Amino acid sequence: MRRVAITGMGAISALGRTAADFAAALCAGQCGIGPIESTDTSQMRFKNGAEVRGYSHQPYFDDRRADFIDRFAQFAVIAAREAVTDAGVVWTPELRENAAIVTGSCVGGQSTEDIGFQEVYKRGQNRVHPLTIPKTMANAGASHISMEFGITGPSFTISTACSSSAHAIGQAFWMVRSGVTDLALAGGSEAPFSFGILKAWEAMRVVSPETCRPFSRDRKGMILGEGGAMLVLEPLEAAVARGVRIHAEIVGFGMSADASHITQPSAEGAARAMRAALRDARLDPQSVGYVNAHGTGTMANDCSESAAIHAVFGAHAAELPVSSTKSMHGHALGAAGALECLAAVTALRDGVLPPTANFNEPDPECDLDVIPNRSRRAEVEFALSNSFAFGGLNAVLALAAYR
Amino acid sequence: MSDELIQRVLKAIATSKRIPLETVTIDSEFQQLGIDSMDAVEILFALENEFDISIPDDEVRSVRNVRQMCEGVERLLAAKSADAKAGS
Repeated sequence: MRRVAITGMGAISALGRTAADFAAALCAGQCGIGPIESTDTSQMRFKNGAEVRGYSHQPYFDDRRADFIDRFAQFAVIAAREAVTDAGVVWTPELRENAAIVTGSCVGGQSTEDIGFQEVYKRGQNRVHPLTIPKTMANAGASHISMEFGITGPSFTISTACSSSAHAIGQAFWMVRSGVTDLALAGGSEAPFSFGILKAWEAMRVVSPETCRPFSRDRKGMILGEGGAMLVLEPLEAAVARGVRIHAEIVGFGMSADASHITQPSAEGAARAMRAALRDARLDPQSVGYVNAHGTGTMANDCSESAAIHAVFGAHAAELPVSSTKSMHGHALGAAGALECLAAVTALRDGVLPPTANFNEPDPECDLDVIPNRSRRAEVEFALSNSFAFGGLNAVLALAAYR
Repeated sequence: MSDELIQRVLKAIATSKRIPLETVTIDSEFQQLGIDSMDAVEILFALENEFDISIPDDEVRSVRNVRQMCEGVERLLAAKSADAKAGS
């Protein structure tokens, strides 16, 4: 089996328009959460989100091209461009035919669908814009990336709610490791700030009326986020031969299903996914030096995830730094796993563990070292990135520093 | 608290949870009725529609039984009618 290197990274999020902005903001413990600007929240019980502030399709896409691409898929393409440039990919006909694209998205082009359905339901029109279907489909990100670079190899999209892009990166990792492909673009994107979706989240009563405080005793729920993150994966040997910068390695991937409840998380399911990732990476739990938690900031997730971490790591859990970067970039649903993988990779690469921002007071039910509010310098060799979806579908990536 | 209000709350719970109305009483605890967090938000949705009220998240955090739920609805209805009077 081949070792798999991450040689390119791209990100657009509430923490900035590039992967470097993202890393700098995490290091500074800067919070990207603020009043929602892209949707009217006057009828909403929550007012805050983690948006890509002031976003416009320009300068990224000309007007005509943007007509065909929903905001969520634009984020996927923007992140993919940055990742490909970062990796210095030299496209050959063979590489284009062999390269893979795996993206994750939870809700797809919901804002396009929302506008289209308002026409028929609210305004009484008898027609919806003909681009509604191609803009809404969850695979639009992968499709537009393939067209952008002329990639004709295996390309698909995974939709497993909040685990989508972690599952996507995991699949791409296995494809590169096993030799199915020699280069993969993997990650995900999301743009869930449409009125209908926000109303649906409001009804679930899991969104915080103020900010996101994962693992803090006074936490009041999650904060929705948006953005995209993409990675370039290739065999380590090829990356070394090309002489490119290697950000980190992916060394394992684990999945599980809770098989218990459609929304309530199960600590056993989460623990099984972490154990599966460690097994796949042939790592013992003691060697893990950082966990980027799923850490939504809801009462249920943070307790359950803490219990799962204790179950997997035993006594090591007491000294294992764990943080939730959702406190800064929000919960970007289908993009969350990719943004958080990127956060864990930069932590390994730069030797700086990102904090859990907005943390006020410890919760005895979440007795972990959550790196409260300030990033911490630490040279860590191995890290996990946790993603646990509604519906109980879990995905965990194991990452290794490359030095 | 009026009997009518209690009956409407009991019915909303029974209908949402799809359990016989006679199994739900003013003294029922959510745990006894097998009401989990997702069931609870569905019941709140039903109550908001039934009484044309908006139930804030803060109001529901500590609610664990049917009596507390009825009291909460009564409080919100009183606030609503006070608002309507103030507005007229």
